[in-house]
Amino acid sequence: MTGTTERTRPMRPSLTRRRELVPPGRLAFRRFLRNPAAVVGAVVLILIVLAVVVGPLFVPWDPDVGELIDARQPPSAEHWLGTDLIGRDELARILAGGRVSLTIGFLAALLAVTVGTVVGTLAGWFGGVADAIISRIIDILLSVPAVLVIIVFAGILGPSLPMLIIVFSALLWPQSARIARSVVLSVREQEFVQAARVLGSRTRYIVLHHLIPGVLPSVIVAATILVADAVLSEAAVSFLGAGVQPPQASWGNMLNDSKSLTVLTLMPWLWLPPGLAIFATVLSTMAVGDGVRDAIDTRRNA
Amino acid sequence: MSALLTVDDLEVHFTARSFTGRKRVIRAVDGVSLEVAEHEALGIIGESGCGKTTTGRAIVQLEPATGGSMHYRGKDVTHLTGSARRAFNAHVQFVFQDPMSSLNPRMTVADIVAEPLRAYGRWNGRAGRDRVSELLDLVGLPPEFGSRYPHQFSGGQRQRIGIARALALEPEMLVLDEPVSALDVSVQAQVLNLLMSLREAQGLTYVMISHDLDVIRHVTDRVAVMYLGVVVETGPADEVLDDPVHPYTAALVSATPPSSPDEKRARIRLQGELPSASNIPSGCRFRTRCWRADEICATVVPPLSPKGDGNRAAACHHPLDLAAPRLREGIATP
Amino acid sequence: MTVTEPVLSLQSVNLELKTPDGYVRILRDVTFDVAPGEIVGVVGESGSGKSMTALTVMRLLPPKARVQAARIGFDGDDLATTSPRALRRVRGKRIGMVFQDPMTSLDPVIQVGRQIDEAYRIHHPGVGRAEARAQTVRMLELVGVPDAANRARQYPHQWSGGMRQRAVIAMALVNDPKLILADEPTTALDATIQAQVLDALARARDELGVAVVLITHDLGVIAQFASRVIVMYAGGVVEVATTRELFEDSRHPYSAALIQSRPGAHRRGEPLVAIPGRPPLMTDLPEGCPFAPRCASPYKSAVCVTDRPELERSVDGRLSACHFRDHHQEVVA
Repeated sequence: MTGTTERTRPMRPSLTRRRELVPPGRLAFRRFLRNPAAVVGAVVLILIVLAVVVGPLFVPWDPDVGELIDARQPPSAEHWLGTDLIGRDELARILAGGRVSLTIGFLAALLAVTVGTVVGTLAGWFGGVADAIISRIIDILLSVPAVLVIIVFAGILGPSLPMLIIVFSALLWPQSARIARSVVLSVREQEFVQAARVLGSRTRYIVLHHLIPGVLPSVIVAATILVADAVLSEAAVSFLGAGVQPPQASWGNMLNDSKSLTVLTLMPWLWLPPGLAIFATVLSTMAVGDGVRDAIDTRRNA
Repeated sequence: MSALLTVDDLEVHFTARSFTGRKRVIRAVDGVSLEVAEHEALGIIGESGCGKTTTGRAIVQLEPATGGSMHYRGKDVTHLTGSARRAFNAHVQFVFQDPMSSLNPRMTVADIVAEPLRAYGRWNGRAGRDRVSELLDLVGLPPEFGSRYPHQFSGGQRQRIGIARALALEPEMLVLDEPVSALDVSVQAQVLNLLMSLREAQGLTYVMISHDLDVIRHVTDRVAVMYLGVVVETGPADEVLDDPVHPYTAALVSATPPSSPDEKRARIRLQGELPSASNIPSGCRFRTRCWRADEICATVVPPLSPKGDGNRAAACHHPLDLAAPRLREGIATP
Repeated sequence: MTVTEPVLSLQSVNLELKTPDGYVRILRDVTFDVAPGEIVGVVGESGSGKSMTALTVMRLLPPKARVQAARIGFDGDDLATTSPRALRRVRGKRIGMVFQDPMTSLDPVIQVGRQIDEAYRIHHPGVGRAEARAQTVRMLELVGVPDAANRARQYPHQWSGGMRQRAVIAMALVNDPKLILADEPTTALDATIQAQVLDALARARDELGVAVVLITHDLGVIAQFASRVIVMYAGGVVEVATTRELFEDSRHPYSAALIQSRPGAHRRGEPLVAIPGRPPLMTDLPEGCPFAPRCASPYKSAVCVTDRPELERSVDGRLSACHFRDHHQEVVA
């Protein structure tokens, strides 16, 4: 009898507040849109990626070949950003260099985050000896000076794009592994994971439906920071001459090309654009990462 | 009535390492024996740290038993893994105390309730969705709530979701760990009513763990009182709570606030507090706080032995007298 | 009921708190008196405003909180118009507070006794250490701490939860206050320990004559310890009655249902009187009586949905915020 009275009186949560009915994902997106720095960052980042991907189609110059006769021209109608020391179009090189820098940045970050998430999740999930070993490896890798290692590897293997991506990701994954591990450690102890076990869910289901969705937001944030990290590292390594090799352009080696005093003082069009490109990319990915973190912070989910 | 679940001398010990590196064994459950008959509701009461929740979790395999044995329908279920564990959990389900943390905040209610169906391959499109609607309806929630997320519900509604999920596999037995203690008083009554009507309608067997004697008295048939990892008294719920034999039960009953200003309770005030489960007193565990304790209590462990008409048992060297039989006649029906 | 001047007198206390969605009204015209030396219970569900009422009296509110009160009379002063500086001399001296979690009220790195000494010496400048310690030990003994002189030299982590809560009560009592506000003082404790701590509070009342406002969700605690009860719902007082009146002849359907929803009030296995639904959100209060959507009173009628009832006296002098306050309220399952 109680059952029937209960059933005829279903309780409805207040419908007047629309916010209550929105899924957490969309709520998070709305919060992201309310963060001006993050939105500006996202727009800038999208513009940079678009320019780098489709831009070269509209620039008639070959980024790797130049006419010496055109060397060191300041910006003009023909060469919008001028030409470099051997007459290559600076705009074409910025766009081509951006492809290289962003490819390295995104691929290295993606690889690092994937490896880091898997390794960190395993460490957090299994704990014990596996965790102890992985954690020590992470500690060791985090204490390695990245630039030095790359210079050494460039010396042994010869510098190449795949080498750079692999070495960067090998050095960057521990950061995301550490984050993934700590998140898994906390999610693993949540009651809904215990509940899943009692409900008979297999480990694969628990990992796919409870663990990964819990880990993903923090990992996405880590990824944006890694992209910025990798772009900066590429610039630093290429500036030192151990990274992307001429004639192929990258933002880092374009800065390297402009390190003479005459260029620095007299030809700002050669170092200002790549410098600004690195600056804008790093700053906007950081802003996006911050925005994502604030948006998915469940403590604001009230 | 045959025993559905038998727990014999169950032990759940944890090893903790202090920061100086010394090992301490925490004897959370230290020799618990219980019998749960089919369609019965057994209550386990006691204060925090008495091992009642650990016992319940051990029954559903959430804590590994370090000693003793458990049998379900005669089959050994002490240590189950893999498919045997899954087969067992299809029959014996668990309802958690905190309906917020036991529901994944990133999953919709429908997905939460469907999780056990998917785990057991009983999810196939339409039929699965119908089953979820049916389950939500069963616990008094409109089926259209399935597309929402746990944070959009009140505590009582979330606990209903937890109950619907536990019922998805049509279990025979539910272990309920403090199912209403996280809820407001007025909402507790809703959930208790639901649990009582579900038990009747579905023929369920309950093991209900609670610190609230009124809740246990109202819902359960039989009760086991735990203190520091052992059962100190068992018997029919109203007999034990109206007329306790073990001094600890008497103290617990007297410490429970009355339900009206007129109700007068014997004022037994225990001295001291619960000893640590890693440093259990010799002999009777309750002796350090007991006003009837003497030398024998410090040396000899009192066994759980029958009292009164045999329905009841207590582990005490100096049990309290049962009240005049006249008082109990009306209640003691076989 | 009492001819003596009340020690605490709240008249139309309103509170608004700032949320991301603007100001939300948390308390609405909260009005009640506390007589000297009496134990008054304040009951209500989470979100009913019972804790906020205590925090408003003490002005321990989050930033940008807005308080509007006709009067918060305390021992001859009006706390509603007292400056924050002067309020500091009231808090901890003339009004003591006891919170739910004793750990938040005790500093883990200072000896328990010293913390109570300090509480005393702050309000008694010029008092020596020995004299303060004597007062501390007196108070610890009063609340039933055995071997008080020695235990006072221990640190909070060496005390059990129940003992810590006694220490907090001793600290609240050390300056001989007129009033103690105890907010769920035993909710974190087990039944046998809860009984010990509440006994200590009752003994303090008996020996020192301090009035106690006991905020709790547990009607059993009220039944046992309080002489009068204030029932709160959705930020307002819905009924004020003596404990006996409340339990036997409630004049508000919410209090009646609350009492009858307890398992102890029913025969075993019988369906309990459940209040359907849940308390309204303070951002989304119904226009009429806030309890109307959940009310199962046979007297419920159209006026309940349109007009908000005020806390007023019935013909026979009972205080209730129900249009049908003249009727005994009983809810049947």
